Parts: sequence; structure tokens; C-alpha cells
Amino acid sequence: MLKETDIQKKNRLDFSTGWSYDPAPESRDHITIKEQYGHFINGKFTKPIEGNYFPTISPSTEEEISQIAVGSAADVDAAVKSARKAYSKTWSKMSGRDRGRYLFRIARMIQERAREFAVIESMDGGKPIRESRDVDIPLAAAHFFYYAGWADKLEYAFPGRKPKPIGVAGQIIPWNFPLLMAAWKLAPALATGNTVVLKPAETTSLTCLKLAEIIQEADLPPGVVNFVTGAGDTGAAIVNHEDIDKIAFTGSTAVGKIIQKAIAGTGKKLTLELGGKAPNIIFEDAAVDQAVEGIINGIFFNQGHVCCAGSRLFVQESIADEVRDKLIDRIATLRVGDPLDKNTDVGAINSKEQLDTINRYLEIGLNEGADIFQSSCELPEKGYWCCPTLVANVSQSHRIVQEEVFGPVLTIQTFRTPEEVLEKANNTPYGLSGGVWTDKGSKIFNMTSGIKAGVLWANTFNKFDPTSPFGGYKESGLGREGGLHGLTPYLNI
Amino acid sequence: MKQSVSETPDFRKTIPIDQVGVEERVAKFNTRSIKKESKLYALKLALSMVDLTTLEGADSPGRVRQLCYKAMHPHDRIEDIPKVAAVCVYPSFVRLAKETLKGSGVNVASVATAFPSGWATMKSKIEEVRYCVEEGADEIDMVISRGEFLKGNYGYIFDEVAAVKEACGDAHLKVILETGELQTLDNVRKASDIAMYAGADFIKTSTGKISPAATQPVTLVMLEAIRDFYYKTGTRIGMKPAGGIRDAKLALRYLVMVRETLGSEWLTPDMFRFGASSLANDLLMQIVKQQTGVYQSSDYFSKD
Amino acid sequence: MSKRLDVKKTYKLYIGGAFPRSESGRYYSLTGKSGFTANICLASRKDFRNAVVAARKAQSGWAARSAYNRGQILYRIAEIMEGRRDQLIAELKLEGATDKQASKEVDAAIDRAVYFAGWSDKYQQVFGTVNPVASSHFNFSVPEPTGVVTILLPDSASLLGLLQFVLPAIVGGNTVVVLTAESRPLAPLTLGEILHSSDVPGGVINILSGYRSELISNFSTHMDVNAVMYGGNDEEAITLIQKNAAENVKHVVLRKDDDWFDEERNEHPYVIMELQEIKTTWHPVGI
Repeated sequence: MLKETDIQKKNRLDFSTGWSYDPAPESRDHITIKEQYGHFINGKFTKPIEGNYFPTISPSTEEEISQIAVGSAADVDAAVKSARKAYSKTWSKMSGRDRGRYLFRIARMIQERAREFAVIESMDGGKPIRESRDVDIPLAAAHFFYYAGWADKLEYAFPGRKPKPIGVAGQIIPWNFPLLMAAWKLAPALATGNTVVLKPAETTSLTCLKLAEIIQEADLPPGVVNFVTGAGDTGAAIVNHEDIDKIAFTGSTAVGKIIQKAIAGTGKKLTLELGGKAPNIIFEDAAVDQAVEGIINGIFFNQGHVCCAGSRLFVQESIADEVRDKLIDRIATLRVGDPLDKNTDVGAINSKEQLDTINRYLEIGLNEGADIFQSSCELPEKGYWCCPTLVANVSQSHRIVQEEVFGPVLTIQTFRTPEEVLEKANNTPYGLSGGVWTDKGSKIFNMTSGIKAGVLWANTFNKFDPTSPFGGYKESGLGREGGLHGLTPYLNI
Repeated sequence: MKQSVSETPDFRKTIPIDQVGVEERVAKFNTRSIKKESKLYALKLALSMVDLTTLEGADSPGRVRQLCYKAMHPHDRIEDIPKVAAVCVYPSFVRLAKETLKGSGVNVASVATAFPSGWATMKSKIEEVRYCVEEGADEIDMVISRGEFLKGNYGYIFDEVAAVKEACGDAHLKVILETGELQTLDNVRKASDIAMYAGADFIKTSTGKISPAATQPVTLVMLEAIRDFYYKTGTRIGMKPAGGIRDAKLALRYLVMVRETLGSEWLTPDMFRFGASSLANDLLMQIVKQQTGVYQSSDYFSKD
Repeated sequence: MSKRLDVKKTYKLYIGGAFPRSESGRYYSLTGKSGFTANICLASRKDFRNAVVAARKAQSGWAARSAYNRGQILYRIAEIMEGRRDQLIAELKLEGATDKQASKEVDAAIDRAVYFAGWSDKYQQVFGTVNPVASSHFNFSVPEPTGVVTILLPDSASLLGLLQFVLPAIVGGNTVVVLTAESRPLAPLTLGEILHSSDVPGGVINILSGYRSELISNFSTHMDVNAVMYGGNDEEAITLIQKNAAENVKHVVLRKDDDWFDEERNEHPYVIMELQEIKTTWHPVGI
């Protein structure tokens, strides 16, 4: 591996000596986590029918935080029955206005307990408290708030139509934004009059189960929202359950394909939000320092566990050295470590399994002859960690350029002409997102209309908003979440 | 060694700055949590970087003497309190300040070049600078001609900075951009580049006479300009935000920006200054609070 | 006077703006009420592959045309169809329609083309949004074509049915490869000639005739196809298509309905939107 000393750079900046920040850990005093959690079915926490539990581990300490129920097919069946009953007896008959009221309540209660959720999210998933506090939790509340307002206005969203809910939705979410993904799934489904059986990711169930407390406190009618925890088998039981009308999945493209196959011929509706390998394109006329921030935010936000991460950097040749040098200095300032420290920029890798995947890709990269540079960050002894990593001397045919690493790993390629970079940008089965940095307006529109992806960030990156649709082209998925367009997947129009 | 003029860039083409991106970056800096020892260290560091300033029409020898005493003895009740970096006065008070501060290690800075507006002939500006240097000023804080800058007469700005630099001799030159009048961050960047290539030792945001004075986004853009200049030339230029930085919390946020943009070599009074007057007392109050654990009242800190 | 011996037409495939016979040289005989009607090309997998290549090649250019221009071209299709009205009626009759049925279908088909031509520069306005995000960004979402669409027509579809599948796809900038119904290929294949003379660029619409059972797999598995449309109710076929579509996460659009005349059910922009992606663009607002 390339070390910092190998980089021949004339004028280096010193970020390792002098004034440094003391640890600033967020307090854990005001949170409560039970020793054991059952499923949340029909408005109550219920023990798993087969009685099995698995530990949920903090990836930053490797300590067990709580015991989570393993959802069996019988648990899923109970949840679906409860959702079906709630759908036909209450939720589908309730006025849009009242459905909206419940969602507004949930949004407010998330805001009230925001800090508690942020701490738990960081403990359970490893993401820096700065992100869970400033991004995940506020956005989750904002999603409920946004869709709450739609509940009694649906006819205005679909001119000429009388939209109707679909029924019972089965939703399966990933571990990278646990509460936020739950909000992305639940809010539009509930606003449109569907009931839900949702499975959080097995490594990050806690905030979902805390959300269940809010749902109870908000007096949501029993069965409208059901949470069944567990791993892949539990997810399969949801996907294959006969009385589910719609599946919404966020996760890997590989699993997305399995789900699409599994429900073939069943008449179930489907939305998929899958993987990505987003190009982030920097032209020589860009606002370079803001572009560097965009690159950093694009790939190191949430340890790179982001489906829309800007994992493929393309820099115009004339500024390639300058940008590389700036990146090397910039990643030296990224603080890797305790997710609960308010100054941590890059937290823990979500699981041992994911760390192994990332390391396997770095190994592949090395074998492919790539130059790999990692910041010389000090890592805690326990936990799963990966220093911010730059991978240069690679081309389109390298696997580390083609495949989704889902970690803090950025590949760097250069280009000369817009045409060339557009071809490379689109030369992937994915099409979730992309970034373009240039001060020239016409070039922005040329590039953003040329990149086949669902979300394009021009002179910015990794921005999210409840009003803004999100979702991919090609193998990055089917359908959109967020905004007006995010209503469509939950309605018969 | 500075760059030769032949390597001077075309200032019509300085790199673009994206305002929203800059503000986002600043917002992130501001989430840094500075606690305990690192906070105490930073508070003292900030105090040692203060240019204690009085630039009023009503200034008097008495007031300048008070300020100089405060600069040397910020708060004698507590040990280990650093002196401030400099006292900043109008040219007429340079000699007095120099005498009062003699042997203290506190520098005398003087504003010059028809501060604050800069509306004067080149000749009189140069004379004023020479006068300040002769009177004993260690540092000259000049203003650029914003009128010429906004007109697009970038060559004029380059030449005036270069001429003042020459007149400074051994005195350090701080170039005030008066960013509040430049309006856009693109202009801030452009003016920073011109000043540095023309020979500035420091670039400084504001006179303090125009609102807004120093802001974090403006300072970040200037720090990044300094960084690029260092990357290209190997020369370290200093930075001085001035005006509007009144409390310790904000001062620490500036230090965070310096630390994470330029690194430890800029975290010294030689490379970074705060142009401020009331900041010093708030820093002192916070230092005492850190040491005693008790929140302080301004009644216990001398106001000079 | 001896009766003039009429000139029989050879029905060919329409691929990339050309009219090849099947590369396989195979055919099937179409027989109507009066016995043998015509020899119909039996398109092969390679014909299909060539058609997808042509469709992919044409797609970006077609999508890049102005919406106004696409609308004019669709309208031109209607104009040329009007001029070939008698021929189309005759061919529908050969496929078994009565005189009245045939003229009703041709009229409806022409009207359908005019209807969708009108949407070319409007669905974006109905379904595009400017999104009021909380940060200092301008953010907007626009529909964009998903890309290359394969279409397996139901047995009921001839001219009108084909257009109900094809027009919503191409008005939105997609390109298509369509397989005609085995028993009703005549008017659809003649439509190829109409398209050819209607300013529709070669490759935008590719028409194959042949056996659905032979091509259903390729239509749904091809990795350079973004969406597959299926008309009909064969559950086995639907399952197969949906399974195959998962190979590259294709959109699957099913039309179980086969009343192509019903305007309320067929004439709306939501059929266009089924083959659109939503693209959202962010840009900072500052100075």
C-alpha cells in the first residue's frame, strides 16, 4: 500500500501536530435500551413465536447492545394478518385528513426525541453522531412531516385520476440509514392509506423499535405499522407472503434481483432502490475547493455506506494533480473513530462482514495494480474500521471501479473531454446518482442530461430532501421515493 | 522569495467560488466541539493572536496608553496569560504606542493608506506608510482601492500593494481587502490572490468600519487562497479576520477553520491574527471559567 | 379484357429503418378466411438482436430531439396513415375483420396517433416538478425515457393495439422493438412502411413478426433492454417475463386489458409515464 511518505508533494500541510481536539463524547445518559426486543405487531411488542433472539452489536466497540427477535414465517404471518385487518377495518376507511394527523404526530415526536434516536443510531450502526444528529434524524422527521401533508391531497397529485391505496406493503430496509430508510418507506405508504409490515436490517433494528414506541404513543391504530426483525430469511418470508400486495426494498442489487424474481407472476407491485457506483466529475473550471469538499462528502459521508456515494471520481487532466494533492491533505483532517464523539467525521464500518467486503475489494485493487493511499488515521483497538482510502492508477476495466464497494473507498480516474467522461460515467450497469462540477452553466445541463441516473448533483453532492425524488435508472432500481413522485408506488392510479 | 512578475497569474481568471459550498463547509466546522484542555489551549492561543485595536476619531494618548498596558497585562490576576500579538492604532499614535510597548514583545501595527476608505493619491499613501515605519510601526495594515477593484482595474490593485510593500521595508504588510465592499466570494478570492502575488505578508478581511466585517465564509475563502498560494509557491501568507469577532466561541470557530484548512503551521500569532477589541476580555473570561469552573462576570475584567 | 394479375406484396420485417427478410430465411404462412394470405417472416433471435442494436443506436438521438419535433413526427404518422387508409383497411380485412370493424380500427388508430402526438411536449409539464428543498438549492425533477423497450403484443392487437403500446413509448423518447401478434401481422408490417415515410428515424420503431413462444425469452432477458411490455393474460408468460426481467432490473409493463378502443382507459398520459424515469437535478443558489 502507498504510504503518505511515498507521495512526492512539494508543499505539505501539517495536520498531525499542534492543537488537537479532546474527546467530546455525546452523553448516553438520556437513552433507554431494553435488554431484549420482540417484534412490534398489532400495536404491541410481542415475543417471537419460535422464541429465538440474536444479539445486536455495536460496531465501534463490538459489545452487545441488546437482543433482537428472529422473525420466523409465523411471525411475519401474524404481522401481515394484523396489517390486513388494520387495512380493511380502519386505515383504508379513515379520511386522508386523519391519516395525515397521525403522521404529523409521529414527525413531531421524532423531533422531540431526536437526540435519543441519534445516539442509538450511532451506537447501533456506527455512524458519526454528527451525521445521525444533523442528517438522519432531522430528515426522518421531515419525511413524516412532508408526507403527512399529502394524505388529504392525493387527488391533486394525479390529475384526472382517483388514486386508491394498494393494500398491505412489505418493506425491507438496509442498515446504512436505519431510521431514515424506515421513514422513507413508512411515510408515503401510510399517507396513501396502505398498512405496513417492515423489516429493519438485522444489524440496525434498534431505532426502528424505538420508533415503535413513538407509534404506540401516537395512538396509531394497531396493525397499521408492524415491525418484524430478523435477517434474510425473515425478509424472504415477507417477500413471499401471499397476502402482501406490494414490496418495497432498499438494499443491494443482488438481493433486489432475487426479490424481483421471487415475486414474478404474483401480481405484487414492486419498488427497488438498489446499488450504485456514481461518477463524480470535476472539470478544470470548477470551484475546486468546494468540489474537493463535494468529493469528500460524496464518498466519506456515512463511511461510504451510501448507495448514491460518489465512488468514482473523474478529474479533468489539467487539474488532476492539484485535486489529488488537495484530497490527500483533506483526508488527513478526517477524524476516524468513536461514532459518539461529536468531532468524529468517519465512524465505524457497520459490521465485520462489511469490513471484510471492503478489505477484499482493496485486496483486489492491489492485485489489479492500483495505487492505494490511506490516510494515516489512528484506529481504536476494538471495532470495525477503515481509514479513508484513495485508489488511483485504475481504469474502467478494474473491478474496484466497476463494483460497489460500499465503503470509504474512492477511485480516481482522469479525463480530457466531456464526451470521454460521459461515456465512462455511463459505462456501468448502475444509474443511481452522479455529480458534475463546473462553473459553466451550459456544461452542467449537457452533463446532467447525459448521465443516466436518477439524481444529479451539480456543484454539490449527497443532498437529500423529502420533497426531492430519489431512485435509480438501470440496475439501480425501479420507482422513486420522496417528493410527489414518491406517492406513485403506493397507489393504484 | 516571492514569485517574479512574469509568473503572476491573469487575475481576471481566478478560480470560481461557490457560496453555498463555502457556507456548508463553515457550518460543518462549527459543529466541532472543543472541550477541556484543548479549549483552554485554544483560548490562550486566540488571546495571543489578538491585535488589540483602537481606530476612533476620538482616540487620545491616554486611551492608547491604556490599550498598550492591557496588551501587555491582559489579566494579571491569573498566571500564564499570554500577551496579545499587537496593538493597532492610527499613524499619529505609533510613536506613543511603540514607546509604551517597548521591550514587551507586543508589536505596533498601524493602519495606513488613507484608512479606511483608501481614497487618496498614491503619493500620499506611500508617504503615510513611510511615516508609520519611521515612527516605529512593526506592521502596516493597508487598504486596497475598492473603487478600482470593482471597476475591474486589477492591475492598479497589484501595483498599489507592490508599492506599499516596497515602502514598508522591514515592516510586515497586512492588506485589508474590505470584503464587505467586495460583495462576492469570487471577488474576495480574486483580491486575495492579487494581494498575495503583489507581496502581502498577511491578508486581512476588513477595516471594521463597514458592515459586514469579518465573516466565516469570507475568512474560509481567504484561507483557501492562502493554501493555494502556498501549494504553488511554498510561501506562507498570514491571515487576519477583523471586526465582528466579539466572543470566544466564535474565535475558536475561526481557529478550527485555520487548523483544518492550513494546519498547525498557521496556528501561531506570526501567521494568524484577530483584529478585535472586545474579544480579548471574552477570551479572558472563558479562560478563567475553564480554570475555575465558574462562569464569569465582565465586571471583573478591565475594559480598556 | 383479361383480368389484371395483381402484384402480391412480400411482407418484411422493419429493423433500423430497413426492410430485411428474416436473416434465418424462415417464414410462416398466414391463412385467412379465403385460405392462404401471405408468407410472413419468422423473425429469429438474431433478427431480434439486430433490432435491439438498432433501437439502442437510435435512442439517444430520438430522445435528444425536441419534444415539438417528436410531436410533429407522430402527427406525421397519422397523416400518412390517413393516406394509406384503404390499404390498412384491406389488410385488417385479410386478417379477418369486417369492413366496418376494419375502418373503425383504422380511424381509431389514426386518432390515437394524433392524441399521443399532442402529449409530446406536455407530459413533462404535468409530471415534472420543482421541488422546494429546505437547503439553498434549486431542485427539479423531469421525466426522461427509460431507454429501449421491447413489446410483445397480445393476440388481439393489430394496428390499433400496436399503436397503443408503441406510441406512449416513443412519444416519451424511448425506442421500441415490437413483436406482432401471430395472426395479425399484416397492418402492423405495413405500418413499418408508413413509419419509414413519416420522418420517424430508422431504429426508433422496429417491427418483427414471428412466434411469441420463440422470442419471449429474448425479449425479456436481453441485457440492453430497459423495459418489457407484455399484452395478454397468460400467467405462465407473465411469470417468465417478470423472472427474466430481474436479470437487469427491467421495468415490466403488463396490459391485461385488450379493449383498445376504449378512450378513457387508453388515452391518458399515465401510460407514457410507465416508461419514464424521473431525473432530479440539484444546484446551489448563491453568488
